[in-house]
Parts: sequence; structure tokens; C-alpha cells
Amino acid sequence: MMTDLDLYRSMVRIRRFEETILEEFKRGVFAGTTHTSIGQEANAVGVISTLQPEDLIVTNHRCHGHFLAYGGDMRSLFAEMMGRSTGICGGRGGSQHIHWRNLYSNGVQGGTVPIAAGMALAEKIKHTNAVVTVFIGDGTFGEGVIYEAFNMVSLWGLPLLIIVEDNGIAQTTPTKIAQTGRLSERVRAFDIPVIEMDSSDVRLIGLAAGRAVEQVRRETRPQSIFLHTARFAPHSKGDDTRSEAVIQCLKETRDPLKILAGALAPEDVVRIHHEVESEVRLAFEQALADPEATFEARV
Amino acid sequence: MNRTVLDSLNEGLLSALKQNDQVILLGEDILDPYGGAFKVTRGCSTAYPGQVITTPISEGGLAGVAAGMSLRGLRPVLEIMFGDFITLTMDQLVNHISKFRWMYHDSVRLPMVLRTPMGGRRGYGPTHSQTLEKLLMGVPGFTMAAPINLLDSSHPQQPGALLEELILHSEDPVLFIENKLQYLLPLYSSEDLSDVEITRTIDSQDERGCFPAYTLRLKGAPPPQLTLTAYGYMAELGRQAMLKLAYEEEIVTELVIPTRLVPVKLSAVIDSVRRTGKLITLEEGSLTLGWGAEVLARVSEHFSGAPLVTARVAALDLPVPAAPSLEREVLPQVENILQTVRKVVNHDG
Repeated sequence: MMTDLDLYRSMVRIRRFEETILEEFKRGVFAGTTHTSIGQEANAVGVISTLQPEDLIVTNHRCHGHFLAYGGDMRSLFAEMMGRSTGICGGRGGSQHIHWRNLYSNGVQGGTVPIAAGMALAEKIKHTNAVVTVFIGDGTFGEGVIYEAFNMVSLWGLPLLIIVEDNGIAQTTPTKIAQTGRLSERVRAFDIPVIEMDSSDVRLIGLAAGRAVEQVRRETRPQSIFLHTARFAPHSKGDDTRSEAVIQCLKETRDPLKILAGALAPEDVVRIHHEVESEVRLAFEQALADPEATFEARV
Repeated sequence: MNRTVLDSLNEGLLSALKQNDQVILLGEDILDPYGGAFKVTRGCSTAYPGQVITTPISEGGLAGVAAGMSLRGLRPVLEIMFGDFITLTMDQLVNHISKFRWMYHDSVRLPMVLRTPMGGRRGYGPTHSQTLEKLLMGVPGFTMAAPINLLDSSHPQQPGALLEELILHSEDPVLFIENKLQYLLPLYSSEDLSDVEITRTIDSQDERGCFPAYTLRLKGAPPPQLTLTAYGYMAELGRQAMLKLAYEEEIVTELVIPTRLVPVKLSAVIDSVRRTGKLITLEEGSLTLGWGAEVLARVSEHFSGAPLVTARVAALDLPVPAAPSLEREVLPQVENILQTVRKVVNHDG
């Protein structure tokens, strides 16, 4: 069981990692693209803190937070994104195509859900008792293949937890002009129970996720948690069309760090920020000094 | 009565299911008593009920499910009922299945086989008759295999044994391209093929020797003037054309039949062309940007500077019509092969 300080540290690690990415992108340290989850850290930390070592995570283009919350190494993610041979996937995958232990990510919307279903089917056939957690967003609900997967996981009673991080905006398109009806009802239509939350409090998300994970494990059937959440940063880099005022309002009301910090001793908060700052800086510098990726290099 | 390609594939599936309980068969309508649209899976669900899963009509989702299962150590075999429906699996095949091992820096393997029947000549019309594997031939990350019916039925590489081998031993995704008319072909015994001499060539990147290319030539005939190459059902039409040309027109050809289409390795074709200087590719897919185009490009590159006469026999660049008379015109027939061979042979008088 993670303490509130552990949860806080885990969220600060994600926040400072991703802020560093965005800052250093401007200086040309990183190439290609990236998608940060700044503002949504409580989802990653809350859900993943409740998983067991045998459990699986299938994630998406916005996966840094999931990887770090899962215990992934900061230096190797920096290195992956810098195109270094020490990267998680030797530089082949970059920001959104990573695999480490039981975490798998891919950058195309929707297709990960049937893959997660297949993993859940495999774990069920092998009697491992593992739960598969798949993270998708509200935008993913535009992809048809997810409904094929919802049908199969419900039909076959598969241990899949579907986490929907609904930040209300798909790249730059507000959900309300792209989707009709209530997204959670689409999941319920497949007889998959849904818990819906509108919170950025990691403790509340953790409580709900912990119950859901154990229920999925015990009953061997799917469940879903809809997390209404707020993304502070752009979809990628500098492609945010929302007004500064809207984002400022989100930061004031929905910041998971602020929410949890209020419950912690101020000196602990300062200490954690200090420690994480050193950790991020060290990981960044080490990755920067690592050799470029080559086809020969295997680390 | 000879066993058919269909019988052999069915035996291969049953044998794979028996040998390894991690082999899981998935597909639409594959349960007995129906046993699958083309009956390749007949008997599987009766003999191994725990290893056969009938599915909703969800090809895209199913390809993903198979991928997920294989990433977690099972050996799924997915039947796509008609090859035409492969388009519904494209995102999984192109952006997921073909990429995982490589983009995850070889930290995962995907031992899965997707098998599907391509091909027309049954009047099924534009969306149930196509030969679409060319859409996937250029996507790195797959092995693509096509069975052969021309062997002695005791040969270990007959269709079912090849399928079984790939299901049990391939650690990477395999696209196994069957053909509807090929299902019905007999596995020729050595007596059936008594007038033909067969050479096997094993190419590089085939450590287990699973995928021989077979070169067929007439026993006792003069040196061949021309190389034909084809796979699947077109190989059967190529064989018929080869015999007709020799016995009726005294044109001696050599037929090279690969069983592995991807990765593209052509040493048997190149060996033959070295002798003949002329190459005709035969394929049931439409002409433009097809298998033949790639084969001719590679052979031309190999013999760069040397005189080489080439041609392609393929389907017209049209949808496959339903009416038998129209379908015959669109899909390549033995007669088209004969005409093209005559043209190429007469090229240098």
C-alpha cells in the first residue's frame, strides 16, 4: 500500500519529467513528437498503485505517466525520447511505442483495446489470475474496433479493466463536437459495469481503482472506470487552441498535486520536490550523455 | 482417390492442436458441425473443444485478440473466412502486429498464424473473390507463406505439415495464404508427377528449411527456354501450361514455385533465369504493383546489364465480376499463360 507521500512523489516525478520534456523540446534536445499528461497524473498513479506485479498495462500515445507510475526508469525514458541506445526500446519506439515488463504502449487509437482483450484471454486461459488494464481516452471512442473488443471481453468474461481518461478534448477537438450521447453508456451497453468519477484526487481514484481491480480479478469479468480529468498541457507541443483563461482555471481547480499537497506537511512537500528535481536532472544528464542509437547497440 | 490440400490443412490443424494446448484456434463459424466456411477447421472443435473459440463477426478485433494472446505466450491461429476481409484487419496487421517485436527492440515475440483463403473462379463476385496478399507483401515484419499441392503426399512439406510447422514453431507472425480452388486439388503422388523432375531450394533466413522453392522441369526434355514462376493455385495453372507447351508446342519451360512469399528470397528463380534468360510471373492478384512486379524488379536488378526478357500474367486491374463469363476474362487462365509464353519466346525469333 502506497502512503500519501509515495503517491505525491510519484505524481511529482511524472509532472517534472514531462515539464522537462516540453522545456527541452524547445531547445532541440528531443526530436519527433510527444504527448504529455500534465494535469492527469492522478489517473496514472491512482490506478497503477493498485495493481499487482503479475498485472498488465496497455497504454497509448500519452503513456509517460503510466510508465513512470509503473516503476519505469526515468533515464531510460528520457533516453528513448532522445534517440539513445540506452532507451527502453533502444530508440526504436520513441515517446509512444514502449514496452517494459508488463507494460505495452502503442500510438494508434483503438487498436490497443482488442490487444488488451487478447492478453486478458491469454491470462484467463493460463489461469494466472492477472488483470489487464487498458488506458484509453474520450477521443478513442471514435474508433470502431473498441466496440468489437468490448463485446468480446464481456461475452467471454475476460479480466480487463478499461480506464477511460476523459479530458474532454481530443487533440484540439472538444468531445462535445465529436461524440454524441454519453460515452459511459456505450460501455454499459455491453454489460460492462462502469464507475464514473470527476476528481483529480489521487486517493479517491486509488480507492475506486483498487476495488475495481480486485473485483475484475475475483469475478473474471470486465469493468470500466471513467475518469473525467483535465489536461493542462497541449495535446503535443504548442498545439493548444484553448484560451489561457480556461487552462488557468483548470490548473487552479483540478491540479492533483495541489489537491494532495494540501493534506501533507509543507516540509515534506518541499523535500519531495527537491529530491525529484535532483532525480530528474540526473536522469536527464545521464541520458543526454548516452550514445546515439545504432542498429548494433544492445544495452 | 488422392487426399486434397483441404484434407491436408485440416490434418495439420488437428495435429497442431493435439501437440500443444497453447495452440488456440479462433474464427467465425468454425465450430462443428459446420466446421468453417471452407471446412478447413472441420472436426477441430469436437476433438479439442477447449482450444477452439468461435467468434463474432469482428475481424479487426480478432486480429488484435490474436496479437494480445501471442504477446502473452499462447499460439493463436486465426481464420479469416474470406481473404477479402483481410482489409478489416489492416490496422492490426500494419500498425500493431508487424511492429511490436521490432519497435519493442526484440523484447517480445508474436507466435501467431493468420490463415485465409484468397482467390476467385467461383462466381462469388467483387468482394469474395479477390487475391489481396499483395497489400501486405510490402509491410515489413511478417512471414508470408503459400502452400503447394504438387508434392508426393508422403512429403513432409505438404500443405498441412507446413501449416503445422508454422503454428508450432514460428515465433513471429505468419500470414498463411490459401486459395479456394487450391483446397480441392489433389496432393499429387510421385506417380502423378512421373514426367516431372523436382528440385528443392532452401533460401537464406530459413534455418529450419520450412520453405523450399520447388523447380519443376520435364524429365528428358531439352534445356528450358523460359522460366515461369507462380505460387498457390496459379502454380497449378502454371504446371498445366508447362505440360501443354511442351507436348503440344515443343516449348520447354521450367516452373519455380516458392512456398515463402515474404521475406522475398528468389535464389531458385534467379538460378533458373540464369539458364533461360526469360521470366514470366503468374499471379491471380491484379497486375499493378503486384507480386510479379517485385519479382521482376529484383531479378532485373540481379542481372543488371544482362539481356533479360520478362512479362507478367495477372488479373486485369478490375474488380472480380460475379458472372462466370466475365470472371474468366478478368482472372488469368491457362490460355493467357500460353499466349504470353509464345509472345516472349518469339521475342528473339
